[in-house]
Amino acid sequence: MSAPAALADLVAEREAGPDGYVRLDVEADLWTALAQGCAAGLHDLSALWADGDRMRMALVGDGRRAIVSLKTAAGAYPSVSAHHPPAIRLERAMRDLYGVQPLGLPDPRPWLDHGRWPGHENEARYEFLPSEGEGLHQIAVGPVHAGIIEPGHFRFTANGETVVRLEERLGYVHKGVEHLLAGADIARGARIVGRISGDSTVAYAWAFARAVEAALGWAVPPRAILLRAIMAELERLSHHISDVGAICNDASVLTIHARCALQREDGLAVAGACFGHRLMMDCIVPGGVTADLSSDGIGQVRGLLARLEETRAEILRVYDSLPSLQDRTVTTGIVTPELVRQYAAGGFVGRASGRAFDARKSFPYAPYDRLDFALKTRTAGDVDARLMVRMEEIVESLGMLHRLLDRLAPGEIRSAAPAMAVGEGAALVEAFRGDLFVSVRIDEGGKLARVHARDASWFQWPLLEAAVEGNIVADFPLCNKSFNCSYSGHDL
Amino acid sequence: MTMGDLVVQVLAQGAQMFFVLLIAPLAVGVVRRVKARLMRRQGAPLLQGYRDLAKLLRKESVVAESASWLFRSAPVLIFALTWVAAALVPSFASGLMFNWAADVVALVALLGAARALLALAGMDVGTSFGGIGSSREMMIATLAEPAMMLIVLTLAIAAGTTRLAGVADFFIAEPFAVRVSLALSLVALIIVALAENARIPVDNPVTHLELTMVHEAMILEYSGRHLALIEAASYLKLVLYLSLLICLFAPFGMAPATAGVGGWALGLLIWTAKLLGGAALLGLWEVSIAKMRVFRLPDFVGIAFVFGFLAILLAFLTRGAVE
Repeated sequence: MSAPAALADLVAEREAGPDGYVRLDVEADLWTALAQGCAAGLHDLSALWADGDRMRMALVGDGRRAIVSLKTAAGAYPSVSAHHPPAIRLERAMRDLYGVQPLGLPDPRPWLDHGRWPGHENEARYEFLPSEGEGLHQIAVGPVHAGIIEPGHFRFTANGETVVRLEERLGYVHKGVEHLLAGADIARGARIVGRISGDSTVAYAWAFARAVEAALGWAVPPRAILLRAIMAELERLSHHISDVGAICNDASVLTIHARCALQREDGLAVAGACFGHRLMMDCIVPGGVTADLSSDGIGQVRGLLARLEETRAEILRVYDSLPSLQDRTVTTGIVTPELVRQYAAGGFVGRASGRAFDARKSFPYAPYDRLDFALKTRTAGDVDARLMVRMEEIVESLGMLHRLLDRLAPGEIRSAAPAMAVGEGAALVEAFRGDLFVSVRIDEGGKLARVHARDASWFQWPLLEAAVEGNIVADFPLCNKSFNCSYSGHDL
Repeated sequence: MTMGDLVVQVLAQGAQMFFVLLIAPLAVGVVRRVKARLMRRQGAPLLQGYRDLAKLLRKESVVAESASWLFRSAPVLIFALTWVAAALVPSFASGLMFNWAADVVALVALLGAARALLALAGMDVGTSFGGIGSSREMMIATLAEPAMMLIVLTLAIAAGTTRLAGVADFFIAEPFAVRVSLALSLVALIIVALAENARIPVDNPVTHLELTMVHEAMILEYSGRHLALIEAASYLKLVLYLSLLICLFAPFGMAPATAGVGGWALGLLIWTAKLLGGAALLGLWEVSIAKMRVFRLPDFVGIAFVFGFLAILLAFLTRGAVE
């Protein structure tokens, strides 16, 4: 067995592409050594996907990023998760979707494939991991829930009210987006990617646009870059506010929920008035943006920012004055810093447990490279910490939006596509949930040969299982809402 | 007692029985409306409770294949037990026909029987949620019921009777006899009432989260007319506890046994106003506090028990001192 290899040593002498990623082909030995490096904490696993006859792995460490490729041998390759458990679901998913066999995969069960795909039916029963012990009982929740939420199955093993183990089963909203994207032209690709997880449509569209622009050397007008950031921050604010309300609602504090719901609606209405779509769907396209912000729109956004600040201050005041609410959130659903590091969990899940990673700060992309903002972290890792990290991010986003609006100079908002060329590009964008990775490969005909999008939720869902362990069954909804992982973005 | 008196008595008692049933959905409607308004929402119409019941009664009742006779008969029994209990509590008049039976101990027993049936029915189908709900309900009950008994006995010691009408008459006669033991009993009874009616902070009646439910988890498998009966029983229970609080701690305006139809009508008016006022207060309370962790509930309901215990202790001591 070879020794773990560090990404930093490997890419020290190499130059990164225009998207910031060093690309290199590796042999099976080095592939395995890099997987061991992930496990040893030398670098983080960012994504893992199949691309034709190759397996690709995006790695992040010490301010460097790389995409390493390994040629599969008759559709098989040495498993990464054999050394680094966070890759288990990624490898299971890729095996289900593309038939690539990870040799030594610790968990051979299917993941996205529920045995219902046409021409691929399989009646085999999905076996949940066993838990044995005196007085244990199982509680099956979902995939259909009593509320209007996305489907997912949760299998609890509990001892009375205490959760001994939670196992998730996802894949119920599998839509086949990667196959839809294969062979699509770029315009259609942008529309599909923007719908992988509708709540993060701006972030997805931006990540896709940046990946395509990097692949084709497509320049974007400065005004469009600022407008993209404005949309992205508006999306972030809208979700942060509504999720804070939803968390409080799960503790039955109905007033905060009502106030947050009103504020979210306010944000959506302003976005709809300014950009023509309440969620700003399809507003960001490769080459620029499709909707401009008028001077009237700037005034509307500024008005919204003032109301958001007022709401935030009031929510924080009410939250601080309700010991009965903090009794629910503090010390509930703790995620340890070790797990967050191992899984390289992004977003507020990581930052609430001390992982100071934010794609806007760690690998700044325009316009964040020239935008100063504080990266706030907490160490408690509980529901309260996740909530407070988001409350603090609201402050930063509000400040950023003011500065972005100040800088908005007249100009083009969209540039014409360059002569089509073959290319590869990748992008890491900070969605409200955390870092979102999109990789694009464009073939000779200018069509998308392969697009892979890795939602932040891939590395957050497993941590939810860990967070709930030892808590009481009735606190699961609160923990779950404090993560608010994407089902759709994960199920592809 | 002449024949005419008897007819009037029967009519008055019957009126009380039907009036509690009639007003119950309105009381729940008031709670919901107040909550909605405090959240700046329009809220459902006040009469939504009646519409819900009418809708459920019209709908087909789907019963799980694994359900036994218990599952099917429980709603009727629960409704009957709760209705009788609610009708026993003196509302607008004391000295009604059934008042000799309106014994607080009987009341606790009736409600306990209804609860036991509901918990059994919750487990009958064998779904995990029903089991969770029943187990939580019984955990709450083990503390709420003894607390309730202590409160009842405190009042009985003060008034010298366990008959509710007698207790009410006693408080009407001596409205200014404020005692520490009664204040403690009031707090304890309010806590018990919140727990028994599945209100915040013990349970959230409007939650959609299966895992946090108590009362709703037990009745998750019910539908149609079965659900209508159980819902009606829970509405009645709310009226029962509000009536009980009114009868014991704010009995002024209650018509005496000798009052005629006019006196009863006035008593009815005052009682209705007090009941709906109580419902509005409940709505206000529910929007101002978070739901508790399930494991904190024993502490919360335990407070009721401790207060009940202190109340009865003080009642004994003061009694001894007076004598």
